[in-house]
Amino acid sequence: MRRLPLASFAIIGTMIFVAVFAPWLTPHSPIDQSLPDKLLPPFWEEGGTTEYLLGTDIFGRDLLTRLFYGARVSLIVTALALTAGGGIGLVLGIVSGYVGGKLDAFLMRVVDAAFAFPTILFALLLAVTMGQGMDTLVIALSLFLWAGFARVIRGEVLAIKQRDFVALARVHGSSPARIMFVHILPNVLNTFMVLLTLNVGVIIVAEASLSFLGAGVPPPTPSWGLMVAEGRGKITSAWWLSLIPGIAITLVVLSFNLFGDWLRDRLDPKLRQL
Amino acid sequence: MDSAPVLEVRNLHTHFFLRRGVVKAVDGVTFSLRRGEVLGLVGESGCGKSLTALSILRLLPQAAARTVEGSVLLDGEDLLAKSPREMREVRGRRIAMILQDPQTSLNPVFSIGSQLHEALARRPDGTGRSLRERAVDVLRRVRLAAPEQRVGQYPHELSGGMKQRVVGAIAISCAPEVMIADEPTTALDVTIQLQYLDLLKELQSSLDMGILFITHDFGVVARMCDRVAVMYAGRIVETGPVREIFDNPVHPYTRALIASVPKLRRKTGRLRAIEGQPPALSDLPAGCRFADRCPHVEARCLERYPEAVSVGESHSASCWLAA
Repeated sequence: MRRLPLASFAIIGTMIFVAVFAPWLTPHSPIDQSLPDKLLPPFWEEGGTTEYLLGTDIFGRDLLTRLFYGARVSLIVTALALTAGGGIGLVLGIVSGYVGGKLDAFLMRVVDAAFAFPTILFALLLAVTMGQGMDTLVIALSLFLWAGFARVIRGEVLAIKQRDFVALARVHGSSPARIMFVHILPNVLNTFMVLLTLNVGVIIVAEASLSFLGAGVPPPTPSWGLMVAEGRGKITSAWWLSLIPGIAITLVVLSFNLFGDWLRDRLDPKLRQL
Repeated sequence: MDSAPVLEVRNLHTHFFLRRGVVKAVDGVTFSLRRGEVLGLVGESGCGKSLTALSILRLLPQAAARTVEGSVLLDGEDLLAKSPREMREVRGRRIAMILQDPQTSLNPVFSIGSQLHEALARRPDGTGRSLRERAVDVLRRVRLAAPEQRVGQYPHELSGGMKQRVVGAIAISCAPEVMIADEPTTALDVTIQLQYLDLLKELQSSLDMGILFITHDFGVVARMCDRVAVMYAGRIVETGPVREIFDNPVHPYTRALIASVPKLRRKTGRLRAIEGQPPALSDLPAGCRFADRCPHVEARCLERYPEAVSVGESHSASCWLAA
């Protein structure tokens, strides 16, 4: 058995902590500008102050504060997208796998189509038509997520429905809906949990990419991807603007992936090929 | 014993409609089961035993399988005419089933107790006892040791024999009129098999159920059954009281089956096998289906299927030689 990834736990725990308690952890506002303090470097660099530990951006906003609030955005978007996309994928996967036949064939072709669809383009299209915002972002990410969930869950259900307890449930007069959501659903929850954690990293990167491209949350709301984008022009003179949020993204995604790997090995060795 | 039949199957035909043709897996099965009786349905793999059971419950495996003819009467009501909703009321409450493999018969994520509750909740017993008490009670009836602890345990904590007892407990929890047991002891340890058969027998007489006992094991039949129906290639070829069938088998297939059972008391050399294969169910011969493998085959056997003829008291066989 793989060892508990303590560093991952610590990083994920820290991220959740700062996201939840952001307003109490920092004296600064993530949005209000303070132009006299603009473009201060991190405290260990020459000219940096301990008031702004990781320096400030072009509007004099504290980078650390924006990082904390950005973690909020990432977590909320991730949670909503996983709930919506993962939930839809779970339900459709179970129905598709259990009912089978034409419905299954149809749903799986839709899944194939969803995989073939370029997510980023679609998100840009949505941002243009619906306007930028967290809701647009969540919808775009959900539409991308559900297909992967549906496909894996369906495969799992195909195996489970062959087992005798499903046949016996039918012999005992359970309705198809009851069999699907009372008897089969708890048996795929392990797989579902693993899929959730493995997709957290994907979503955070996707959210950052979309924000970077301008299809995500609109400024001045802090988002890690947006922060990387805003600092891009000053990369030679003020490296911390892009690099620090970039490092944050990398660390968090890596942690979630390690955590997901660990959970997968713990809960379901069969999924190791994923 | 001489009461009216609780389950009557008449001329049941269940076919698979496949692209490559029609597979007549159950092709004119007729039998009846009385209350308090165990009817053994015997035959080799693929002869249609299990499909007959699934047809009775109307739980056919694929969209391709359909019961095209016949009737299934439960206390005189035709099950084939019922709506899906009415059918769900029948399943579990009036007809229960035990399957072969106890390892997969229980849902691994629920405790024994909650799986029993689900069945028990469908039938209030009017005594106001809690579901838990009733669950313990029904586990005691299937002679599971320490039932109070078992209700909180999960299937993986129980042995195969114990699990099969739980499956039995779920099956009897609604006091069904008919129980279908599809090779319930095949997956069990030999020492446990006997205990389980005794248990079924005991439950059957205390609940006055009819049991349709599906098996390929004549040893089990001798122990369990009151009557036997021998099935071959989708049809019942011989049926009669168990003693009659053993002492005086008429159909050559029945004789061959009994001859291939090892006997404990006598030293037998090699067991006798039946040469050849059963006919393909998609391309059945016009005459007797056993003709190809029968040592007594005659010209008329190949031409027409022999109708069942009575050869003794409630003993009949479908063979030209018997007529």
